[in-house]
Amino acid sequence: MTTMTEHLFYKTATELSALLEKKEITSVELTKAFIERTKATDDSVKAFLSYDEADALAQAEASDKRRAEGKPLSALDGVPVSLKDNMAVTGQPHTCASKILEHYVSPYDAHITEQLKKAGVVLWGRLNLDEFAMGSSTENSAFQTTANPWDLERIPGGSSGGSAASLAAGQTPLSLGSDTGGSIRQPASLCGIVGMKPTYGLISRYGLAAFASSLDQIGPFAHTIKDVALLLGIIAGHDRRDSTSYKTEIPNYVEALESKKGPWTIGVPKEYFGEGLDPEVKASVEKAIAFYKDQGCTIKEVSIPKLDLALPTYYIIATAEASSNLARYDGIRYTHRSEDTKNAIDVYFKSREEGFSEEVKRRIILGTYVLSSGYYDAYYLKAQKVRTLIREDFMKAFESCDVLITPTTPTTAFKRGEKSADPLQMYLSDIYTISVNLSGLPGLSLPCGYSSEGLPIGLQLIGKPYEEAELLSIAHAFESAHDYSAKHPEL
Amino acid sequence: MAEDKNSIDIDYVANLARIDLSQEEKDRFQKQLGDVLVYFEKLSAVDVEGVEPMAHPFPVYNVLEEDVVEEGFTAEEALMNAKHQRNNQVIVPKVVE
Amino acid sequence: MEYEAVIGLEVHVQLKTQSKMFTRARCAYGEAPNTLTNPVVMALPGALPVMNKEAIRKTVQVGLMLGCEIAQSCKWDRKNYFYPDSPKNYQISQYDQPICDGGFVEIEMPGPSRNVMGEHRKVKLTRIHLEEDVGKLTHYDGESLVDYNRAGRPLIEIVSEPDLFSADEAFAYLTSLRTHLLYLGVSDCDMEKGQLRCDANISVRPKGQKELGVKVEIKNLNSISGVRNGITYEIKRQIALCQKGEGASIVQETRSWDADKGITFSMRSKEMAHDYRYFPDPDLMPVRVSEEIKKTLADALPERPFAKQERFMKEYNLPYTITSVLCPDKALSDYFESAVKAHNNPKAIANFIANDLLRELSNAGCDMAHPLEGCKIQPEALAELAKLVDEGMISKQIAQDVLVIMFETGDAPEKIVEEKGLKQSSDTGELESICSEVIANNPKPVQEFKDGKDTAINALKGQVMKATKGKANPKMVDDILRKLLS
Repeated sequence: MTTMTEHLFYKTATELSALLEKKEITSVELTKAFIERTKATDDSVKAFLSYDEADALAQAEASDKRRAEGKPLSALDGVPVSLKDNMAVTGQPHTCASKILEHYVSPYDAHITEQLKKAGVVLWGRLNLDEFAMGSSTENSAFQTTANPWDLERIPGGSSGGSAASLAAGQTPLSLGSDTGGSIRQPASLCGIVGMKPTYGLISRYGLAAFASSLDQIGPFAHTIKDVALLLGIIAGHDRRDSTSYKTEIPNYVEALESKKGPWTIGVPKEYFGEGLDPEVKASVEKAIAFYKDQGCTIKEVSIPKLDLALPTYYIIATAEASSNLARYDGIRYTHRSEDTKNAIDVYFKSREEGFSEEVKRRIILGTYVLSSGYYDAYYLKAQKVRTLIREDFMKAFESCDVLITPTTPTTAFKRGEKSADPLQMYLSDIYTISVNLSGLPGLSLPCGYSSEGLPIGLQLIGKPYEEAELLSIAHAFESAHDYSAKHPEL
Repeated sequence: MAEDKNSIDIDYVANLARIDLSQEEKDRFQKQLGDVLVYFEKLSAVDVEGVEPMAHPFPVYNVLEEDVVEEGFTAEEALMNAKHQRNNQVIVPKVVE
Repeated sequence: MEYEAVIGLEVHVQLKTQSKMFTRARCAYGEAPNTLTNPVVMALPGALPVMNKEAIRKTVQVGLMLGCEIAQSCKWDRKNYFYPDSPKNYQISQYDQPICDGGFVEIEMPGPSRNVMGEHRKVKLTRIHLEEDVGKLTHYDGESLVDYNRAGRPLIEIVSEPDLFSADEAFAYLTSLRTHLLYLGVSDCDMEKGQLRCDANISVRPKGQKELGVKVEIKNLNSISGVRNGITYEIKRQIALCQKGEGASIVQETRSWDADKGITFSMRSKEMAHDYRYFPDPDLMPVRVSEEIKKTLADALPERPFAKQERFMKEYNLPYTITSVLCPDKALSDYFESAVKAHNNPKAIANFIANDLLRELSNAGCDMAHPLEGCKIQPEALAELAKLVDEGMISKQIAQDVLVIMFETGDAPEKIVEEKGLKQSSDTGELESICSEVIANNPKPVQEFKDGKDTAINALKGQVMKATKGKANPKMVDDILRKLLS
């Protein structure tokens, strides 16, 4: 059993699916393997905020029963999938890593939850995040700080730090995160796994606690591009409960991986390779570019002239939307309510003071300020217009390219506490990912090397709207020729 | 309202946002957000004459649903997380205008 | 100095849809608390709004009815403020792009007497926009309870220009607006149930002055009479202050109408000015009303109430008084027309409806907002009744009794006349003997008639009708009496 589980927890979802299919293993067995691995490692990684073993095993049993009857619901029937703790599952906690929702239990399912249940996956645990997805290091969780499995002194990235770290630590084979400014791609990069933010609107946000509605998007984490394709196929697609959900035909992403072969025209936006980029990261990304060139792809230098405006634009839009989205956490209907209240106004002031941590308060204050009387035009409206210009830059680049290639992050994982005192420095760690959210484009990060310290380096590929199949194929071509994804941290 | 354009009137804004802040937090936010606003100044130089504001990445018109009722919550479900309730209603302390 | 009041009204009207504005939870009135919610209504983490098509259609209908410009495209904005009845602590509303722009409400001022039509005037509207309603707070000692059943219902806000100049005009405006909305069937407009709510902005200024005075907002005008009384009081209060030279003490504030005490009082203003931080709701897409939909809805509009009243006076030659009973209620006026189609005696039918039918409905305790709901008399049956009178089968007096029975049983008038033996007597011989008897027993009117007082015959006629229990044909009685007396 032990050797078996050791083999299991770093297997890809595709491999696990095949084992289940061949009946070489049961869902209960593999779920137990991940439970054991989690128990063995999570004291140091701290990726999970909570989990319910009995519930996971019950789901696994149900899956085994379906399979025994010859009625598996999908390729992922019986495979564990772990969710960031900002997505709703009936009867499970939904804390958003915030004290204000510490005791809240969801009475309903998110759209992705429904899709996953229909596919028969085993929902396994609730993953840590920066409170309400506000952060880049998962240090802003109100409950615990998640460690990077590659170096426990370092941060796993954020805000989906738990989703990335749990995968890198072998605690789950698949997870979901949400990405508002890089919250999937940046932790994927820092934890040496694959993470994808699809086009805005591809996956319903219904049931995802909103941070910034016009930027938020759910996406998968996995060890390989193929696993990402598998999971994406299950959760993508129109949902009428999300007015921003896009009506489009969902292709078979897994099949598309092999059918699309290039050669592609690959754009290299020069602004991503300037000041602030770590030389080792730069070298790895350039090696990846060279690989594509060797494969016969056309490499083209392009420009995103407005890139340096992305960060201020993002922080104005994201904090403004957040200040309004988080107003519902008020101490009245379901959130934490302060005991120290004399009237209804106190309930707001005190519950929110006690329930939100510092970064959330800071962003609510900033967002409230930029929307307040007299400042709207100068900040919010201006930012929306600049957002148009940034998107135009990208669309222009895509006139001559199939994909853009950039580093995902300027540096490898930084040390815990290194940037937490200076919000602006922390914000700057998202500089390469933010513009993709502003433009609504699909982007993914996959491993493309390791630093001299042994820390993972990520490559970001940015695709055209709703061209996820193409984007995954391009990433798959790189991944199949390298073995970065096969490397795992020692825990 | 603040006099310096890069200085936030924290009291005014915290009041709008309904969050009590300690004096220490106020001082810290004042300084940190002041820096952030300086950084935001990058935008003021951008010419956006004639540029449409972007509210949605891919706007479509008329995402509408037919007026057909769907089952909702029972009172128990609706209030399952409300610690303070009576007669299937949420209790709030006195509402003062 | 003489002062005049300037009034603008903000009227909120709940639209009658099956489901809420931004989610498909049910709308209903009087249900057990918190049984009409779902994740969206409760503003749970992750819940998202989706627009109700019918609410938009109904708003466009109102706009078309009131002559508004319908926006080519409009968007949704969040109005941010904290209040325990507001689950999201922002209300989805329309800030700078309302669905309907401009327009007017035609009003009728009281005439010199109730038989004479008053002056008509068009009161200008600023805009009509669509938003969502909030929940309901019930206050107890030291605490309040919140019910979210009402939260998220579609609500239109109809904003008038400061184009009303007296409490009477405001009353006329509200009455007419309500009639128009009832004609469309978009709302039941029951103020008691909060389906129609009215706030008034009131200022006073010296007569002849152009600029407006300081505006005071009056809330809690919770009934139509409350609107009239509250506004009357507030105008008096402001003018009295001006006349005492204390006009400066009128400040821009919100006051509440206390119907019991008959006064308005200042609601302690919140500690700061409102700063709603409006911004476009990123969860919702914009709306475009196509020319085609506009045309379809415009073609389906009902005839406007005042136009109908004018037509009734012209086409059916009805007096103003009776049209002002029939026309404010679309169902009632349609009922009238159906009956007239079956038997062309508009005057008789109108009288039956306005006098007899409405009295019976009211006595039966019907909801006078929809008096005809559950009425057992079909318009064709009422027409039949009028026909029986016109054909001399029954007298008008008997017909009124027959109507009461029809109202109770729903039976056809012929059947009632037949069964109760109410058919008018036309037997000349029998009538002649009764008339002779009456003449013999009433020497005084007989003498008066013979002395030339023609009206004295009425007393004799009355006696004959009494003796025949009303079944005698009055024309025949008249003829026989005159013959016998000559």
